Amino acid sequence: MTKNILLVGVGGQGTILISKILSVGLVQKGYDVKMSEIHGMSQRGGSVTTQIKYGEKVYAPNIGEGEADIIISFEKTETIRALPYLKKGGTVITDVHEIYSMPVLTGTVEYPHDAIDVLEKSIPNVIVVKAAEVAQKLGNTRAQNIVLLGALVKSMKLDDIDWEPIVAQFVPAKAKDVNIAAFRAGFEM
Amino acid sequence: MMNKVIMSGDEAVARGVYEAGCHVAAAYPGTPSTEILENIGELYKDDIYCEWATNEKVAAEVAAGASIGGARALCAMKHVGMNVAADPIFTMGYAGVNGGLVIVSADDPGCHSSQNEQDNRLYAPHAKLAMMEPSDSQECKDFTIAAFELSERFDIPVMLRMTTRVCHSKGLVEQGVRASVPVKTYERKVDKFAMLPATARKRHAIREQLLVEMEAYSNACPYNRVENAKDDKIGIITSGISYEHAREVFGDDANYLKLGLTYPLPRDLIKGFAERMETLYVIEENDPYLENAVRALGFDCIGKDKIPICGELNAEIVRSALKGGEKEASCNVPVEAPPRPPVLCAGCPHRGFFYTISKNLKKIVPVGDIGCYALGVNAPLNGFDFSICMGAGLSSIIGLAQALKMQGDSRKALGMVGDSTFFHTGLNSLIDVISSEANVIACILDNSITAMTGHQENPGTEKNLMGRPSPVVDLVALVRATGISEDRIRIVDPLDLDAMQAAMDAAIEVSGPFIIITKRPCALIKDVIKANAGKHCVIHADKCKSCKQCMKITCPAIAFQDGRAVIADPASCTGCGLCQQMCKFGAIEKVGE
Repeated sequence: MTKNILLVGVGGQGTILISKILSVGLVQKGYDVKMSEIHGMSQRGGSVTTQIKYGEKVYAPNIGEGEADIIISFEKTETIRALPYLKKGGTVITDVHEIYSMPVLTGTVEYPHDAIDVLEKSIPNVIVVKAAEVAQKLGNTRAQNIVLLGALVKSMKLDDIDWEPIVAQFVPAKAKDVNIAAFRAGFEM
Repeated sequence: MMNKVIMSGDEAVARGVYEAGCHVAAAYPGTPSTEILENIGELYKDDIYCEWATNEKVAAEVAAGASIGGARALCAMKHVGMNVAADPIFTMGYAGVNGGLVIVSADDPGCHSSQNEQDNRLYAPHAKLAMMEPSDSQECKDFTIAAFELSERFDIPVMLRMTTRVCHSKGLVEQGVRASVPVKTYERKVDKFAMLPATARKRHAIREQLLVEMEAYSNACPYNRVENAKDDKIGIITSGISYEHAREVFGDDANYLKLGLTYPLPRDLIKGFAERMETLYVIEENDPYLENAVRALGFDCIGKDKIPICGELNAEIVRSALKGGEKEASCNVPVEAPPRPPVLCAGCPHRGFFYTISKNLKKIVPVGDIGCYALGVNAPLNGFDFSICMGAGLSSIIGLAQALKMQGDSRKALGMVGDSTFFHTGLNSLIDVISSEANVIACILDNSITAMTGHQENPGTEKNLMGRPSPVVDLVALVRATGISEDRIRIVDPLDLDAMQAAMDAAIEVSGPFIIITKRPCALIKDVIKANAGKHCVIHADKCKSCKQCMKITCPAIAFQDGRAVIADPASCTGCGLCQQMCKFGAIEKVGE
């Protein structure tokens, strides 16, 4: 059975890096894997989505509405934007991190700070991970993505794959220790 | 398992180009095709001559010349680039090849980053090119290699037609080794390659004959295959990414005619398949290219009457179009996400230019073009009224100026292109501006890089795709060489708002052509990031009068919080100082210099 993972965030948050790590781990485990991302306009501070599908044999690379088994979100309102893609009964792992878009910065639209509280009341499987905060405490805000990876691995029961060497392979050598710590922190949350 | 690597479609094409023993590759950057040449430049430049051409027509001609000369050659472009390159490509359709010639067209269903979603499969019959459509990364590599072989075998350019999801999706690809393919001997063959009328008439007839022979091959080749189910109830004819969607929706319950070589189409194979199916579906994205062929053979089918012609497909869309059934809403959450449109980056030099435009809209009608500066269209900058295609920013204003004059509108038409777009097709437009003495303002926004597609080198940069130093083409000297008088050119720093306004005043005041060149490198260039490290602005809360003037430049580093403007993201602020120039109360200070 194919599993569909949807990663959402804002350009520059490192969604693509963890999808690369995920793909390598899933391939090692012997799964067929497809990963889809959109480049171009989305880089300039816009919403970014990356999609990973794995299973015995994967055909279509992209995830349609109502098809995601799990949504991993790096930003509060991006979680809300991605919800139509969630499968009925699917899981949401979300950071509570806030990044303001231009309409919010200029004050034309209000930012829904309570979005995650509302979400938790509306659907059952919501896992809140303060990944950005944890990464900051560990000393590197950029490790937010690896904290979320840890949480994802735990939720999807993918811990029979040896992730730490793969993480180490994809992050800069000097940031290796902090990223391994970030992965463990995410897994243990 | 050991030699399987996860690769995007673009990476796999680059690998295929390498393994096919290709010698020459050229492209102009364009999403979603850019990474093909980027990968060749990064990984295979020791074996393949590769370059960023000034535009797609030039890229196609570089490849055509290499092919005629006996080398295996590839050119790659996004779908709209094929329009630019159509002229040489149509001629090569008649002429054929010497070394194998492969043309990659990367289409963008859904317009993820394009001005249209044209279906370039229609180019294949029109230009008389063979066409292959890969469905996944493995096929991207395999079909690229096959395309070179078929090109030489049938003496025809082969178009490899991809789409965004094929280009940018990653899947497992088996690695091979580079074939040793010697460059063929070049011989003078005027009756084949000198395309004068007499040659063209002869070559056309030869092409038609070769297409008949190639169709026989198409009917029996491994790239067009039937996958049988246990009964003949449902038959699906499909190609490219649509095969993957169809497979996901119908699984093993349907028979598939999976087409990889889609021009010339295997009509006998289609006939044989269609005849035995109770219900026949044709599943394809955008135009009914396959469906029209199926119907021309006399078969009824379900296709574009159910499947949307507009937009990108996914399995869910195909499922609800063909299988119906009400979809259950997965969740109803009473919160709305604020929109998050892409914006000009903090420190972007275009911001100063667009702010000046927004201040002068009573006197000018601004026209845009393709590049990062397309992001200037949104409110409150309202940086241009319309945009068409690469280069049109400087040529459409010539006609616009005439139309404005005829209706007594005194505003002056102003067009803009970036440096890379100027080298692409803007130069021709500018020459027309000068020679027609058009009453326009032509702006060239020189940020020293091809920014939108991810910082590719261009004729104005000091390095080329192969990583070697290259001569820098002097953009200003090129402009001066058009013969425009010196008092009608201004070269300004777009982040200096007074200088920008002075240039705009001078441009509006005179009748006839005026050229403004803004010069300031993109804030994301590595050396610029290094130079700006640690620099940022601070807004002193005690001096901020909450007038929101600094918000008018729409910088993503500035936010209005608790009744005051603040630099919300000092890490992204480059200290460009534009907000400082906006503040009348001296509340903003540059620090870290």
